[in-house]
Amino acid sequence: MRWTHWVNFPILTIMIWSGMLIYWADDEYSITLFGHTFFKFFPEWFYKKFGLVHRLSEGMAFHFLFMWFFFLNGILYVAYTLFSGEWRELVPQKKSFKEAWLVLLHDLHIRKMAPPQNKYNAAQRIAYTAIIVMGIGSVITGLAIYKPVQFYYLTWICGGYHFARILHFALTIGYVLFFVIHIVQVILAGWKNFSSVINGFEVIDTKPKPVIEKAHDEEKD
Amino acid sequence: MTKKKIKKPLTIDQKITRRNFISFGVFGAAAIGGVFGWKWLYHSAIETKGITGGAHKPLRRALNKTEIIFRRLFYSENHLVKTYPKSMAAKDVRYNSDIGIENNKPFDIATWKLQVKKQNGEVLNITLQDLKALPKTEIVFDFKCVEGWDQISYWGGVRFIDFITHYNLHDQTQLQYVGMETPDKTYYVGIDTPSAIHPQTILAYEVNAKPLPLDHGAPLRLIIPVKYGIKNLKRIGIISFSNTRPRDYWAELGYDYYSGL
Repeated sequence: MRWTHWVNFPILTIMIWSGMLIYWADDEYSITLFGHTFFKFFPEWFYKKFGLVHRLSEGMAFHFLFMWFFFLNGILYVAYTLFSGEWRELVPQKKSFKEAWLVLLHDLHIRKMAPPQNKYNAAQRIAYTAIIVMGIGSVITGLAIYKPVQFYYLTWICGGYHFARILHFALTIGYVLFFVIHIVQVILAGWKNFSSVINGFEVIDTKPKPVIEKAHDEEKD
Repeated sequence: MTKKKIKKPLTIDQKITRRNFISFGVFGAAAIGGVFGWKWLYHSAIETKGITGGAHKPLRRALNKTEIIFRRLFYSENHLVKTYPKSMAAKDVRYNSDIGIENNKPFDIATWKLQVKKQNGEVLNITLQDLKALPKTEIVFDFKCVEGWDQISYWGGVRFIDFITHYNLHDQTQLQYVGMETPDKTYYVGIDTPSAIHPQTILAYEVNAKPLPLDHGAPLRLIIPVKYGIKNLKRIGIISFSNTRPRDYWAELGYDYYSGL
């Protein structure tokens, strides 16, 4: 889990970056409601600032190499999660959807108590499972626009070439939003929680000292 | 090595420190490795210009390998591009490029002939009338550009495979590639033969049931729905066959040679 997580970070970054190089060549998406455009993906200054202009072929070359790594890493993660049984900690349960709301209220300091949890709380279960579904979605919508003739059935499932491209784009925006929230949560969770994703354990749990005090207090979000 | 040291079992604290040391060490090393790996790739040399050009060498290798994987595992001439009713076709067909057919270049449509160069040196000269005498095929499909846009458009002409059959060129399509060039030889594409003889590949002389206008490649252009627009050569002058990749305008500029859909 830890390895694929950290491997995924640079891969996804490169995929998003190279995807932007490609998107630049035909940047038609915007948020428009009732004829008013609120935001255009992306403003000209944005492309210029990050040097995303006139690099379509380069973007495609990077995208079509790193797609393999993204795919393989995703397979590894899912396979590991399944075989190790860790999926039980991750997949949302029936109660998760109700509890996630409570977790959200708690995290926003609206509610004092958070529901009890195991390794991951309800909101995390939903978020971490959703991100995997999104990853699979990116692969499928990606293939649907990459080989729309050979994978015509994928393109069909995705609602056609146009809609597949929109989905592929929207998922990417989703990753960025996920990333922002994820980082905020990691900062709030603190260093020990962060390091546990590197070394695989959380130290406090094994230290004998504060045993009594912390049976239920320990939170990992 | 005379006296064996008796190893004391590590205390829990020591174990923690030890594991932390190892984990963070490995993590740090991997991170540094990743950064260097990326720097290496990002600054890797651009290939020397040949049939392909303009791409980082490792990325070009990856594109070529990826082509093989997708061709071997997924390509089938039975996979047809989706077609649409004529009513959905764009009236105003998007015009994106005039490379090789620029307005200021002298070109006499009346004297145009399609040259077919066989491997043995034999050359066929074919007129538009000859081609129009062959069975006509029409297709309404979603034309796709590498840039990302697409447009449903309606074309008519001779299927490439019908053309091959009529002119007895089956020995030529045993070769691996088909090359096409504009009469002035400034725009050129190379296409793997399986894609060229795909049942929906058309030598088109009509768009929206009217003769091709000059900016869409009059008198004859390639419509190959299993490829991006960059391979759909306008104003075909020469068709040739070979076992090696023919030169290709956009592949020389960093794009994937295959560019198949």
